[in-house]
Amino acid sequence: MTSADFSTVLPEFLLALYAMAALLFGVWTGKDKAAPILLWATIGVMLLLGLWIGAGGTGTRAAFGGLFIDDAYARFVKVVALFSAAAVMAMSADYMQRRNLLRFEFPVLVALAVVGMMMMVSAGDLMALYLGLELMSLSLYVVAALRRDSARSSEAGLKYFVLGSLSSGILLYGASLTYGFAGTTSFAGILTVVQNGHLPIGVLFGMVFMISGLAFKVSAVPFHMWTPDVYEGSPTPVTAFFATAPKIAAMALIGRLLFDAFGQVTADWGQVIALIALASMFLGAIAGIVQTDIKRLMAYSSISHMGFALLGLLAGTAAGVQATLLYMTIYVATNIGAFAFILSMERDGQPVTRLTALNGYARYQPVRAWAVLVLFFSLAGVPPMLGFFAKLAVIKAALTGGYVWVAGLGILASVIAAYYYLRIIYYMYFAEESDTLDNRMPVVQLGLLMLVALVTLAGAVNLFGLEGATATAAASLVQ
Amino acid sequence: MENLLSIITFLPLVAATILALVQRAQNEAADRNARWFALITTVVTFLISLFLLFGFDRSNPGFQFVEEYDWVLGMKYKVGVDGLSVLFVVLITFLMPITVGAAWIENRRVKEYMVTFLILEGLMIGVFTALDMVLFYLFFEASLIPMFLVIGIWGGRQRIYATFKFFLYTFFGSVIMLVAMIAMFVQTGTTDITELMKYGFPTETLHVLGISIPGGMQTLLFLAFFVSFAVKVPMWPVHTWLPDAHVQAPTAGSVDLAAILLKMGGYGFLRFSLPMFPAGAAQMADFIMVLSVIAIIWTSLVALMQTDMKRLIAYSSVAHMGFVTIGIFAVNQQGIDGAMFQMLSHGVVSSALFLSVGVLYERLHTREIAAYGGIMKRMPAYAAIFMFYTMANIGLPGTSGFIGEFLALTGAFKAHSTIGFFAATGVILSAAYGLWLYRRIFLGPLVKDSLKGLKDLDLREKLMLVPLVVLIVVLGVYPAFITDIVGPTVAQLVQNYDAAIAALAVGQ
Repeated sequence: MTSADFSTVLPEFLLALYAMAALLFGVWTGKDKAAPILLWATIGVMLLLGLWIGAGGTGTRAAFGGLFIDDAYARFVKVVALFSAAAVMAMSADYMQRRNLLRFEFPVLVALAVVGMMMMVSAGDLMALYLGLELMSLSLYVVAALRRDSARSSEAGLKYFVLGSLSSGILLYGASLTYGFAGTTSFAGILTVVQNGHLPIGVLFGMVFMISGLAFKVSAVPFHMWTPDVYEGSPTPVTAFFATAPKIAAMALIGRLLFDAFGQVTADWGQVIALIALASMFLGAIAGIVQTDIKRLMAYSSISHMGFALLGLLAGTAAGVQATLLYMTIYVATNIGAFAFILSMERDGQPVTRLTALNGYARYQPVRAWAVLVLFFSLAGVPPMLGFFAKLAVIKAALTGGYVWVAGLGILASVIAAYYYLRIIYYMYFAEESDTLDNRMPVVQLGLLMLVALVTLAGAVNLFGLEGATATAAASLVQ
Repeated sequence: MENLLSIITFLPLVAATILALVQRAQNEAADRNARWFALITTVVTFLISLFLLFGFDRSNPGFQFVEEYDWVLGMKYKVGVDGLSVLFVVLITFLMPITVGAAWIENRRVKEYMVTFLILEGLMIGVFTALDMVLFYLFFEASLIPMFLVIGIWGGRQRIYATFKFFLYTFFGSVIMLVAMIAMFVQTGTTDITELMKYGFPTETLHVLGISIPGGMQTLLFLAFFVSFAVKVPMWPVHTWLPDAHVQAPTAGSVDLAAILLKMGGYGFLRFSLPMFPAGAAQMADFIMVLSVIAIIWTSLVALMQTDMKRLIAYSSVAHMGFVTIGIFAVNQQGIDGAMFQMLSHGVVSSALFLSVGVLYERLHTREIAAYGGIMKRMPAYAAIFMFYTMANIGLPGTSGFIGEFLALTGAFKAHSTIGFFAATGVILSAAYGLWLYRRIFLGPLVKDSLKGLKDLDLREKLMLVPLVVLIVVLGVYPAFITDIVGPTVAQLVQNYDAAIAALAVGQ
């Protein structure tokens, strides 16, 4: 390890070091008394790292002989992942503390998961990819079962673990096939095995297996079945975490793999991605209609949104990758706001997640109801909210790639999905008031909800500079 | 005043934000303040928009008051008006104070009600001033949100069904248009409407799934836009959301729905379909005219059989919009002039009729025609005004309704005499349902006890209804007020269209 290598991985190294120190500290102080301190310290560390990565460094650097790549693409995703993880932890603090869920392991595990995410989006090699992905996944399996005395939470954790291991197995099998036929595990090496514009058949198989494994992580159809159960069973802060940082990291990893390793053969994976995207959009849209639990609804919503985000990759160009990044960033931001609200849904101090609990919410909480209205219209893709610009960008990418049928059908799925977003508005604004929810909302949750709603609305003016940042990021991935 | 259009568009939006943020109290005084605030805002907006009307150069067929700034993702914030759009802007700003007047008596969540209407006003103006197609789409679609809320929160008993139907129908139509817009963006690299009007989209015959499509990409794009605008207009057979939405909407909502939101469809045809896809329009024009004739006759007959006043007027709106689509797709000067005139006139007349129904509904809380009869004796002033509106709706010479229908039918006869013939029967049918409605409500003996205590129009209602009477007469007697503004732009549009079609014929 040279010092140049070391300086490239410094942020990951520091976060990992911090996580281990925090673990030691937690064990040393014993019990969970130190947990709040650790939580806020972790938030602070993540914010600092995010600012540091965002402010510093230009250009592309490779470390460890190409295992680890630090480029604008990776930096952008890392910043989003760090900030969203910090935001989720901040809004969860109150919820977890009052339910005795705040164990010191939580911030440590989240930090480790984020280290995994940072590693995988920087992966330049199948080994690094697997390493990062597993570090993230293992941490996530544990946090899903965080409420260990609850059967549903344990079930969620176990289900996630079993299905996740299966998908890791598929991914690993694909990676070994690719290695066997390409003779190398480095992305740069795999990029050169193209024959007559197509992949050799063995590498093709390997690629499809790897896409399948990764589709599981972004909960794209047909690898989505874990999503509703895990979303519903996990404690809400954990659900909020699942819906944000890991999603953008996994999506970015798909982009990394497809463009760095298989960038020459866009036609070979285009059909696969198109089908996965289409199936996700429709399943998410249709299955969401009958849900009565807002967390399950958000699960189906996320399935549908992942389908849309995948559309961006279809273009096979930098503009397409930019669209995906834009979509994911906006999606993550909107979800942070939505989950800040869901976390605050309580009746007599007990969390409720039934949709009908929202009845008449706009009567007694007009301002919050307004913010939720903005967020859900944004998720539905109605202008002038940011979600519309996200949809616009990915549909444009799909059309640029010539996938007219996918774009056309996808947009129909968005109409179907609009129905269940409207239903939430219906409960809040149109339905008769029944038992009211508690008015209590911790200031962090309220602040994030309002901030995200304002950003979602005001973003129509200039997207807050997101356009330039995503363009730079995408350009560094697709040369 | 180079930012005039932006000022008119954003003034109501800014005012809505201020009202929403500043007012906290929930009591009588606060409600009253909210109403007055909304009224003053809309009146001021109207006064400012008069600068637009008087500053408009009538001889210039191009875009005026243009503002252009860079926006996001390669799009532009570009606004401007030409002969097709300037009058709609003024119509909106003129009708909004009246809408606020109609909303005056609502007691539930007054502040939110006023905020919603102010937002709606800004978004509607934006639709007609946008010169960037994504910006147009943004306003077009965003205007669904306030309307969705107006019907859903302040509507009648079946409001949930009606408002979901309204939203999903229009959303479905417009997302298909969005795909077409993005396809155009990919093809041309611009979203500027003025650039797109100059761009000739390919017309080579395409084969999709074994079906050959004459007119190629233009026909496909035309169809995509057509779905959206046809739902919005609405054309038969996708009109069924309209009666539901109208019946359930509060009076003020109905006014905006009938007067402005429907016109976005007709305006869209003129702004996008005809100038950008002439080959596609030529392929589909006959089909659309047939649909329009069916709409006119069918919905007129349906209107005849209605037992609910609002539903009757809603169906009559569909029939009248049929004249608009006939006029547009006749693609000649008279036809399009007539369509424009009919849209503006219908904007005034239909809102007048919905306001009138509101007057009765507020007194007796029923819209059943059978619940009334002989009320002319109790409400003479109201009966006189309603008679006048009915005549305007029928298209009696001297009212604005006549000019629009006459011109549109002239255009239709020039294009297709058979279509013109059948469409003209709609005028007779409109007399039938209009007069029969009038007879059942106003004439005959006053026997029902519930009607005996009716009071005639009060000052607020007169202030809403009389300006509309004046406008209908002025436009009916002096139609040049509209045709002078609309004419040059339409002439240019027809000329470009004919040139494009002729070029196609040479090419083949």
